[in-house]
Amino acid sequence: MTQAEIKLCSLLLQEHFGEIVEKIGVHLIRTGSQPLRVIADDTGTSLDQVKKALCVLVQHNLVSYQVHKRGVVEYEAQCSRVLRILRYPRYIYTTKTLYSDTGELIVEELLLNGKLTMSAVVKKVADRLTETMEDGKTMDYAEVSNTFVRLVDTHFVQRCPSVPTTENSDPGPPPPAPTLVINEKDMYLVPKLSLIGKGKRRRSSDEDAAGEPKAKRPKHTTDNKEPIPDDGIYWQANLDRFHQHFRDQAIVSAVANRMDQTSSEIVRTMLRMSEITTSSSAPFTQPLSSNEIFRSLPVGYNISKQVLDQYLTLLADDPLEFVGKSGDSGGGMYVINLHKALASLATATLESVVQERFGSRCARIFRLVLQKKHIEQKQVEDFAMIPAKEAKDMLYKMLSENFMSLQEIPKTPDHAPSRTFYLYTVNILSAARMLLHRCYKSIANLIERRQFETKENKRLLEKSQRVEAIIASMQATGAEDAQLQEIEEMITAPERQQLETLKRNVNKLDASEIQVDETIFLLESYIECTMKRQ
Amino acid sequence: MAGNKGRGRAAYTFNIEAVGFSKGEKLPDVVLKPPPLFPDTDYKPVPLKTGEGEEYMLALKQELRETMRRMPYFIETPEERQDVERYSKRYMKVYKEEWIPDWRRLPREMMPRNKCKKAGPKPKKAKDAGKGTSLTNTADVLKKIEELEKRGDGEKSDEENEEKEGSKEKSKEGDDDDDDDAAEQEEYDEEEQEEENDYINSYFEDGDDFGADSDDNMDEATY
Repeated sequence: MTQAEIKLCSLLLQEHFGEIVEKIGVHLIRTGSQPLRVIADDTGTSLDQVKKALCVLVQHNLVSYQVHKRGVVEYEAQCSRVLRILRYPRYIYTTKTLYSDTGELIVEELLLNGKLTMSAVVKKVADRLTETMEDGKTMDYAEVSNTFVRLVDTHFVQRCPSVPTTENSDPGPPPPAPTLVINEKDMYLVPKLSLIGKGKRRRSSDEDAAGEPKAKRPKHTTDNKEPIPDDGIYWQANLDRFHQHFRDQAIVSAVANRMDQTSSEIVRTMLRMSEITTSSSAPFTQPLSSNEIFRSLPVGYNISKQVLDQYLTLLADDPLEFVGKSGDSGGGMYVINLHKALASLATATLESVVQERFGSRCARIFRLVLQKKHIEQKQVEDFAMIPAKEAKDMLYKMLSENFMSLQEIPKTPDHAPSRTFYLYTVNILSAARMLLHRCYKSIANLIERRQFETKENKRLLEKSQRVEAIIASMQATGAEDAQLQEIEEMITAPERQQLETLKRNVNKLDASEIQVDETIFLLESYIECTMKRQ
Repeated sequence: MAGNKGRGRAAYTFNIEAVGFSKGEKLPDVVLKPPPLFPDTDYKPVPLKTGEGEEYMLALKQELRETMRRMPYFIETPEERQDVERYSKRYMKVYKEEWIPDWRRLPREMMPRNKCKKAGPKPKKAKDAGKGTSLTNTADVLKKIEELEKRGDGEKSDEENEEKEGSKEKSKEGDDDDDDDAAEQEEYDEEEQEEENDYINSYFEDGDDFGADSDDNMDEATY
């Protein structure tokens, strides 16, 4: 794990789970797999705090455990999974676009809680939806269950590995830790539950008004007196499926940008048809015949068969090679080259970064070197039609920033520098890795800056929160406008200005984080698929 | 060796043309310090993407951050004692739901170890045990102070402090139950005190005039 990744994980864990969990999590990421006592000793935290932190981390699938010999249980953190916390808003928004509010809340609850049983999810989501509905209306459990089942059918939600049921009693003592197993075919099997009920609206007296202490905390365990029918069957969000969806989205929008809307629809149809048949790490989709594609086109598109064939031929001949022709049966068999598509997208990202950082001339040189694979300095000046001095300057700038590398080709066995060719080349994999590392650093900087800004104005923020609370409570008890006006004036105009600026800055920083995460997704997908190929 | 052919004249071991500098040209200066922390950029970054989706995701992100702070998974760091007890602290506490993990899915060493069945997780137990013993300790202390006044034995207080610390450490490990702990403590205290000196507690009896003439005739010696 690079330092940048560890720093980013530390910031994310601290923001979302608190400092104790952060300390334990970062220690595990740094040092690898360790048993409980060693963690407590090395981090200097008390044993029960370590246990609590580990429970939270395991619940959220950030840490896994394994039983080693002699009964020692070792815990290991998944650094890449911690970095996914950045992407939670994107997952939730995607579900909203596909399955509307109900689906959105289901995925949100699953992400917030790590894993949940189906009955727990349905209950929570129904309650939340009921809150937002008009008075008197409630959300039925059946509707939420239906959406849940649809999410499972399309693999967006999957079952967690569960404790194996032992048929006979063990002769020896129980193992120190359960080995969780999951059967392939059980992963998307929804248990037969009859969840009957409606969402409950929270009574207004129960709501946490700002700072009202309660004499008695309502006990939540008294609600669940009945045994839960699907006890032990936990569900989690299937992040790989979301990533597959994002990848498809990226490919479709790339085709739309390069060609036109119709071709992007054709590609979208092809991808949709291969969703279930192709695994997420395959280099290309299963071959689809032109007839099949024609039959599966969305209803709104009435293009004739010949036009479809023309489009497919165009797509297959495109130098970007998103679509390839693999045979002639059935009117032409076409595949989508997923790995090539990801490589093109990563390359486009690199080109765009070079252009925005160094200018369009540099970008021209970069594209030239990409195209020619290996090129000498003299040739660069000639082909790019840029004066020698500038070309040299730009090449060195890109070289020093590691977008390019030099390849030495010696003429003589003693590698004498005066008799060696030096060729400029772009190694896309290493440039992508370098850029990914920079992205991690960027997001860490963005988060730190946001925390700094918030801390600077902490006093002002608290004051404005108090004023809002006062106004809200006064409005609830019915106050005149003059009084409300007076309270609002407690915040002076310059302070209001300061608050506005703070809000704008924080929003900008947050939005930047989300967009850098999109780049991270593309680069990570490309690196992953290239590593698999090798 | 071969590199000294120039006899002091600057000569490159490779063809300088290949790298792009013409012969005899002034080379750029050597950089002697690290690059600046905030370098000037010739090209300003592109503005951020805006749109319905982006705005929704932004709002989601901020909400998620707030929500996760209030979930039971967010473990607050115990604060150090502040110099002044703030009144508002009592009313600004965030009440969190209790979360109990599914113990069947976790290694056995994660479970809180308690002798009798209690629903709460371990640290809460330890805190209660600590509080319990400290309360009984205060009661003990008051009792001991009364006895001390009667006997006027100054060394006792040090021993008591040691005892108190010993009992607090025990409660931090939290292996025992509150009541057992406190009961054990009390018995232990009495035994300790009994063993301390050779005199039985009831040996010294207050005379009838012990408290009565303490105010008058202080200068007269008592025989």
